[in-house]
Amino acid sequence: MALSAAKLTVGDTYSEVLVEDLKRTQLVQYAGASGDYNPVHTDEKFVTEIAGYPTVFAHGMLTMGMTGVLLTNYVGDGRLTKFGVRFVNQVWPGDTLTGTAEVIEVREEDGLQFLDLKLTTVNQHDTPVLTGNATARIDA
Amino acid sequence: MAVENFAVEASHIMMFARAIGDSNPIYADADHAVTTEPGGIIAPPTFAQASAQFDESYRLRPKPGQPWMGSGKEATGIAPKAPGAPDDAPVGMGARGLHAEQHFEYHRQMRPGDVLSTTVKPGESWEKHSKRAGTLKFSETVTEYRDQGGELVITARSVGVTTEKVVEG
Repeated sequence: MALSAAKLTVGDTYSEVLVEDLKRTQLVQYAGASGDYNPVHTDEKFVTEIAGYPTVFAHGMLTMGMTGVLLTNYVGDGRLTKFGVRFVNQVWPGDTLTGTAEVIEVREEDGLQFLDLKLTTVNQHDTPVLTGNATARIDA
Repeated sequence: MAVENFAVEASHIMMFARAIGDSNPIYADADHAVTTEPGGIIAPPTFAQASAQFDESYRLRPKPGQPWMGSGKEATGIAPKAPGAPDDAPVGMGARGLHAEQHFEYHRQMRPGDVLSTTVKPGESWEKHSKRAGTLKFSETVTEYRDQGGELVITARSVGVTTEKVVEG
């Protein structure tokens, strides 16, 4: 169901748990689907001995993809016009991520209604891992 | 991502949706999808990233007969660069290169049956200093995805960063 401008107020928020206890297998799954096989995401030996990280970490685009789930659940299918993010901290196996979309503006442009959102995804320590913005076309 | 024939297929959309944990049936069930506002299966908002599958020279996919940086018997670390790539090629890459930002603008929904091609334009580049990571070198690329009729479907702007030190954010 699409959102209605008449029912939205600046400051409204919508949150979802995006993943609980992120599994290494999901990183493998995302590598396969996206085609990004950078071994820092799936290869423990490479990432610890060569790259120098404590363990594998999630593709930034997996975190963006999971945040996109919350977004399309909120604004409806096929309604997004813009979605942009900044990856501000790494996401590790075992992390639990929660995403929040906050209403920044409800506006009209060329007779159509749009919703601007601010996005924040945090881990279980409440540390932001992703921040961003999105715009969606909504109903009047 | 420079691609000429990114054929958008329903099975690929289904696998991508599974990988991001999206159980919305619009990505997998054609019978459900016809009842939705878009009227058929569409791609999730970050699906354009899977165009990497169609990029012949993509550096982050093992290729038969070519060295691969990931571990086998040894931990390796062979430089993950495409032939001709500059030494400081920022986006993608192994240890010190990270994805800093990603922005999509949707001109219409991507659907199975689309065959997309891209034009890639370099954007700005800049440097920042960080206590945690040393000198950070940012660089931006803008990728336009067009369909077989030349219609613009998605504009993507990506910012990559290479760091001087390992970041254990």
